[in-house]
Amino acid sequence: MALNTASIRADFPILCRRVHGKPMVYLDSAATSHKPRPVIDAVTHYYEQINSNVHRGSYQLAVESTDALEEARKKVANFIGAGSDAEVVFAKNATEAINLVARTWGCANLSPGDPVVITELEHHANIVPWHMLAQENGINLRWIPIDTNGHLDLTNLDRLLDGAKLLSVAAVSNVLGTINPVAQLTEAAHDAGALMLVDASQHTPHLPTDVQEMGADFVAFTGHKMCGPTGIGVLWAKMELLEAIPPFLGGGEMILNVTKEGFSTADVPWKFEAGTPPIAEAVGLGAAVDYLTGLGMKQVRSHELSLVSYALNTLKERYGNHITIHGPQEPAERGGVLSFDYKGIHPHDVAQVLDRAGVCVRAGHHCAKPLMRVLGCGATSRASLYLYNNESDIDALADALADADAFFV
Amino acid sequence: MPDLEDLYREIILDHYRNPRNRGELECPPAVRAEGFNPLCGDEIIIYVDLDGDVINEIKFGGQGCSISQASASMMSSTVKGRTTAELANLDRAFKTLMSIEPEPAESEPNAPSHNEAQAKLETPAKLGDIEALKGVVKFPVRIKCATLCWHTLTQAIQQAQT
Ligand SMILES: Cc1ncc(COP(=O)(O)O)c(C=O)c1O
Repeated sequence: MALNTASIRADFPILCRRVHGKPMVYLDSAATSHKPRPVIDAVTHYYEQINSNVHRGSYQLAVESTDALEEARKKVANFIGAGSDAEVVFAKNATEAINLVARTWGCANLSPGDPVVITELEHHANIVPWHMLAQENGINLRWIPIDTNGHLDLTNLDRLLDGAKLLSVAAVSNVLGTINPVAQLTEAAHDAGALMLVDASQHTPHLPTDVQEMGADFVAFTGHKMCGPTGIGVLWAKMELLEAIPPFLGGGEMILNVTKEGFSTADVPWKFEAGTPPIAEAVGLGAAVDYLTGLGMKQVRSHELSLVSYALNTLKERYGNHITIHGPQEPAERGGVLSFDYKGIHPHDVAQVLDRAGVCVRAGHHCAKPLMRVLGCGATSRASLYLYNNESDIDALADALADADAFFV
Repeated sequence: MPDLEDLYREIILDHYRNPRNRGELECPPAVRAEGFNPLCGDEIIIYVDLDGDVINEIKFGGQGCSISQASASMMSSTVKGRTTAELANLDRAFKTLMSIEPEPAESEPNAPSHNEAQAKLETPAKLGDIEALKGVVKFPVRIKCATLCWHTLTQAIQQAQT
């Protein structure tokens, strides 16, 4: 069944906003998604009715608060097909989740010269933590290139993976929209004796996600791009792995015992959750997961697929050679991210002109500077779609683009 | 909301379409400085050749939006042939132009005891065409686009003087 965009839009209070006197057309969900009423209500309800610190409390509120946090963990675990709730570690965002892997597993297991393989289309969140380890531990960073269609070029994959300890790849590119063959890459990594980390930040919001199918060892994603609040992200990893790796930050909540001589760690996942966790945010993420599950992730994906096809057709029909859309041209091979060049006009100027029409797109390097270099540009304009977007949003984008001509053509 | 016409004035678009002084200079004798706008990825490279304290030649390269490119083009045309002291004065005037705070009162009487050179430095420098960038202030996220080249030029001059 197709998504009913009209009723979905009614769930998102912010979509009623006007900007510069025009209805807002929000095409920046790859940066962050809007929040539906049930998520906002869940956070409010938490603060109005439950608020108290988790764990160790014996009074009713503290019990309810702990339950709410753990209930959210269970929801997230179900949403991604985790083997157990305990495999879901809450972090601040995807960035922190990836840094957690680099700082714990990485520092414990990587020696100078050990290869870590990433790709040219990574977000800085999956580049800089490895650069930092390269500086500190002398690991050796290798890059899988992309081809002219924005796909990973896997021609030399075996050679790149030779001797590698880790392959770390975005499931979906936040710039090109490319959907990467995660299961295939995981298999190749494992064959080479490397572990696999998947940055699923642009996957979990838009496509059905099953960590078992991905086969990966670590999967990181962020709550605010999937209808959840900011300040909450997830690291999923296999239980044995989480048990084996050292803790991340030290402090309260993550310990079993502390003496003058030392400490012992709590069980997984709390071992990785030092300090008071983002409880309301986790509760909000739980509500987001319920919301997405209610709609059906398959339906979300097919909605975006038809919208991307519509966008590609509309923009090409209207502007032909004057518009270049980066990344795979086949809708089935991409998510709802459209990075484009319009008549060579600089993305900031494009975004500025679109803003006047109430159309929100992002201009810049999208935290993927190495990819920008490969594409041969400093920045792109990026329109990104989600479950609340419809064809008239695309039409508004197409109409407003022409306004740029008055200044720049 | 302010009009886009305030931002994209004709003279700015002219400098954007036909940038003056785009290019490179051989280093040395010239010096080269790079500036980045980490928010948006704009990059600018300034080359200056100083003859004593006179800006003998200036070129710029890099990539950026219309505002950053036009600003670099206008700046280069204005500062070429000026002394570093005059540049400092222009730089100050430009920063005032780009600040959201109201400008200081203009009719500050010059004390008669000031000698002429000093008086010249203390009168606000005439920015000429550059004044067209005034509208940028109404679009605060774009201010950094306009100021990037000025920061980078200051860096280049410091480099040349050390
Ligand atoms: C592919 C990808 N990875 C990682 C991130 C980082 O997410 P966050 O900033 O929430 O940690 C983003 C979002 O900007 C992303 O698109």
